Formats: sequence, C-alpha cells, structure tokens
Amino acid sequence: MAAPTTTAAPHQPAPARPAGARKIGRRAAGGIGPLGLGVATLWLSLIVLLPLAAVIVKSFDNGIGGFIDAIDAPAARAALLVTLSVSAVVALVNVVMGTLIAWVLVRDDFPGKSIVNALIDLPFALPTIVASIVLLSLYGPESPIGVHLNATRPALVIALLFVTLPFVVRSVQPVLIELDKEVEEAAASLGASNGLILRKIILPTLAPAILSGAGLAFTRAIGEYGSVVLIGGGIPRETEVASQYIQKQIEIDRFVNGAAVSVALLAIAFSVLFVLRIIGSRTARREEAAR
Amino acid sequence: MIVSRLSRISLRTVALAYLGILVAVPIGLILARTFGDGFAAFWDQITTPAAISALSLSLLIVAIVVPVNVVFGVVTALALVRGRFRGRGIVQAIVDLPFAVSPIVVGVSLILLWGSSGWFGFLEDSGIKVIFALPGMVLATIFVTLPFVVREVEPVLHEIGEEQEQAAATLGASRWQTFWRITLPAIRWGLTYGVVLTIARSLGEFGAVIMVSSGIAGESQTLTLLVHSRYIDDHNTFGAYAASTLLMVLAIVALLLMTVLDRRRETE
Repeated sequence: MAAPTTTAAPHQPAPARPAGARKIGRRAAGGIGPLGLGVATLWLSLIVLLPLAAVIVKSFDNGIGGFIDAIDAPAARAALLVTLSVSAVVALVNVVMGTLIAWVLVRDDFPGKSIVNALIDLPFALPTIVASIVLLSLYGPESPIGVHLNATRPALVIALLFVTLPFVVRSVQPVLIELDKEVEEAAASLGASNGLILRKIILPTLAPAILSGAGLAFTRAIGEYGSVVLIGGGIPRETEVASQYIQKQIEIDRFVNGAAVSVALLAIAFSVLFVLRIIGSRTARREEAAR
Repeated sequence: MIVSRLSRISLRTVALAYLGILVAVPIGLILARTFGDGFAAFWDQITTPAAISALSLSLLIVAIVVPVNVVFGVVTALALVRGRFRGRGIVQAIVDLPFAVSPIVVGVSLILLWGSSGWFGFLEDSGIKVIFALPGMVLATIFVTLPFVVREVEPVLHEIGEEQEQAAATLGASRWQTFWRITLPAIRWGLTYGVVLTIARSLGEFGAVIMVSSGIAGESQTLTLLVHSRYIDDHNTFGAYAASTLLMVLAIVALLLMTVLDRRRETE
C-alpha cells in the first residue's frame, strides 16, 4: 500500500485507521452515526417487523396442530389451491407474452411504439381497485362484446395478468437491448436456423430475466386483492382467493385462521423470492467469471 | 436472428392485440362511459359530499405519509449506504419486505398489533383508537410505501460517494450543514422520484386500507374505498366509473412526472 496517510482506502480494515480519520468519516455521513442507525432500525421494526411478528405469533396460538388445522380446513385449502393454480397460470402466460412483448418493443419498429411502451407501466400506476372496475367494464355484466367472465376463474386470470403485466416485460427488455446481435449474425452466417439461434443463444441469455420476472409476477399474484375483489366474485371453493379468505376470517373474528393462511402466503412469497435471489447471484457470478 | 417481415408483423400483431384486450380497450371503455354523458355528469359524481370527503381523506393520508417517509427513508438509506455495521443484509431484506407482503396480510398484521385484542391493545383501552381510524390507515399506507424513498435514494448516495461530505466536514461544517448543503442537493431527484412513487401508491392503496378502515361514507372512506362501495353497496356503477377515472388521471399524472424525472436524472 503506497499511501499510508489516506483516510479512504477501501481495503484498509477500519480498526487500523487513525482515530481522527474515523471520527471525520462518521461525522461526514450526514448525521448518520449510531443514532441514525438506531432510528432506522426502530422505525423498520415498528412499521414492518412487529406487525408481521404479531401475525406469526397469532397463527400459532393453538400450537402447531392448530396452525395445520387452520390451513387444512377445506375452505382454506380450496382458497390456497385456487390462488396457487391461478397464479401459476398467470406466471406462465407472462413468460410467453411478456417475452414476446419485450422482443417486439426492442427488435421491432412501428409508429406509436413509444406509446405502447408507456402503456406497459400503466398497470403498476393504476390503483388495483381501478383495475377491477376497468376490466369489469369489458368482461363484466355490462360487456359491450357480450363476454361475461364475472366471478369465474378466467376472470381471476385476466385481472392478475393485468396487474402483473410489467414484470416480465420490464425485466427482459434491458437484457434484450444488451444482447449482442453479432453473435446471432455469426450463428446465422454459419447456417444456424432461427429456431436454433433462439434456443441456443437468445433464450439461454434471457432465461434468468424471464424467470425473475415470472417469479415476481407470481408473488404479486398470490397476494393480490384489490384487482380480483370485484371481478372474481369471491365464491368459496370456486373463485375465492387466499386474500379474500383471510379477509372474511378476520371479519368474523377467526383471527387464528386468518393469521395462519396469512403466514402460509408469506412463506410461499418468501421462498419464491429466496430462490430468485440465489438464481440472481449465481447469474451475476457467472457473468463476472465470463468477463 | 433475422426474422422475416411476415413473422415480425405477426409477432407485433399478437403483442398489440394482447395489450389491446388487456389494457387499452378496457381503459378506453371506462373513459368513454365516464364522459359519455358529458363532463358535467362526471363532475357531479366527483363533487358529491362523499366524494369530496374521500378525496380530502386520501390527500390527508398522503400529506402525513410523505413527510414521514422522506425523513425515515433518507435516514434509513444513509444508514444502509454510509454505515458500517453487522446485519446490513438483514436491514436490506426488511426494507424490501413490504413488496412481498399481500395488502390483506398487511391489514391483518396491523389489526393483530394495534387492534383492541392485539399486542398494543392497551392503547385503545386508554382512548387512542388506531384500527378502524385514521392512524391505522396511515400505518397501513406507510407499510406499503416504505421501500420507495429508501430504494430511490440509496443508489444516488452510492454514486455520489463520501468525498464531498468528508471535504465539508474537514472544512469545519457541522453534520447538519453537510447534510443540507451537500447531501440533500445531490439526492434531490432520487428523493423526488421516491416521493412521486409514494404519492401514487398512497392514493391507490386499497387492500391494506380497507382492512383497517371503518369504511363509513363521508367519514372514513378514501377514494379507492369510495370506488368499491359505490360499485358493491350503492350499485352506482357510473359513480364508480367516475371516481375510477379521477384516480386514473392522478395515476397518469404521476406516471408523466416519473418520465420527466427519469429524463432529468439521465441528463445530470
């Protein structure tokens, strides 16, 4: 190390620094000393952690047996099953259509493309209850085209497709822009067919982005409430999703049942996100190694 | 990959048709139905006493949530970027938690913490009503919007580094001076972006808020709850369309603001 006097050498372990430099370093952090850290931790605990802890504790009020009973109740199981199956369908449709839309937005060119591109973000910006109303106008009882999907599972799928539209598109788009066209051209000049290029070059590169978009869409879909509450109908064992089941249980003061299904939803969402994080860091490492 | 003109056009058609039936046509239809009877009919629906009360409640919640999120969001972002402490990964994960939690679960967890039979039930016994009152709706909104400011400010703080702040400190500036003169101007666009996201989400939140609101028209209904109750309880479909359109306009304004901010950040 050539500069023993530097105060900002990143690889120099903190305890080795002279006391004065440490003091300045801490002062420089815009008022964030141990106090700031304490405030942040306290804030996060009060707003996020304590409420979630309350749900988890409540769900085990009657022991592990009570928790399992609450999840295993026929109506709860049915609601979870509807939620998971519909969300899986939604994730799959997003994989295909999201990738296709991203491809069209990156590789194709047509008048009004920027408007279409802006349209993708609209479902994130719109309140979920507005999504419900918007879709009901086309697919509900007053449908001008005579499609009545109100209170059916296809209606759930459509509502969830609406709110999850941006996930895959927006995660695939940047990767597709970065994708080196020369590799594809080289493959084509060597006689590779489009199908082969798609399978061997494009899809493997896009796969992590597609997967992460689909995973995020899935976690969003299993917890969704506002967009399905009107169009889904909430018919028990038919179109009632987990969030609607929880809401009803709380309304009739069956807190343990509601809390148990809540914990089940949380566990599923966290597992999916955990897997995505592992895949993400693995991809990042591979890219690092390739560089 | 060289795609023939025909397949390119058919892919384009599939994509546009999908977006059409999923997004464009339904939204167009709502607009057509809202303004089909003229602007006056729309105006009447969004200026009823219940609608005005809903709009003011939504704005009141925004007015409380935004400053709170700005202060605590910036403190948290600074702690995450500038602080060196154990368990930073855990704090990072906690900041992202609200994105993974269903709005209904947010509502349930707040009821179980702050409600009359919850851990902090003693508050209600001593006359401080949280659940089924304004504080509960504010807490629910803060929960779901918590990540925005932190996540928008954090990368900017990383980028600007500590040199300027350290230089200011060396020259004798106090912590506050350093923050006001150096840090805050540097993060202002990221912060503004986070605030716009917070406002949009606060106005639009439904599931978490309906769980902790008493839902009385003209008193404890936000705009989103008004849309719901007009459609479900009052069977006032047109009124629900009109209130939805109002929310949609607000959302589109937020979206346009974000686009402008994005450009501004890129040029800087």
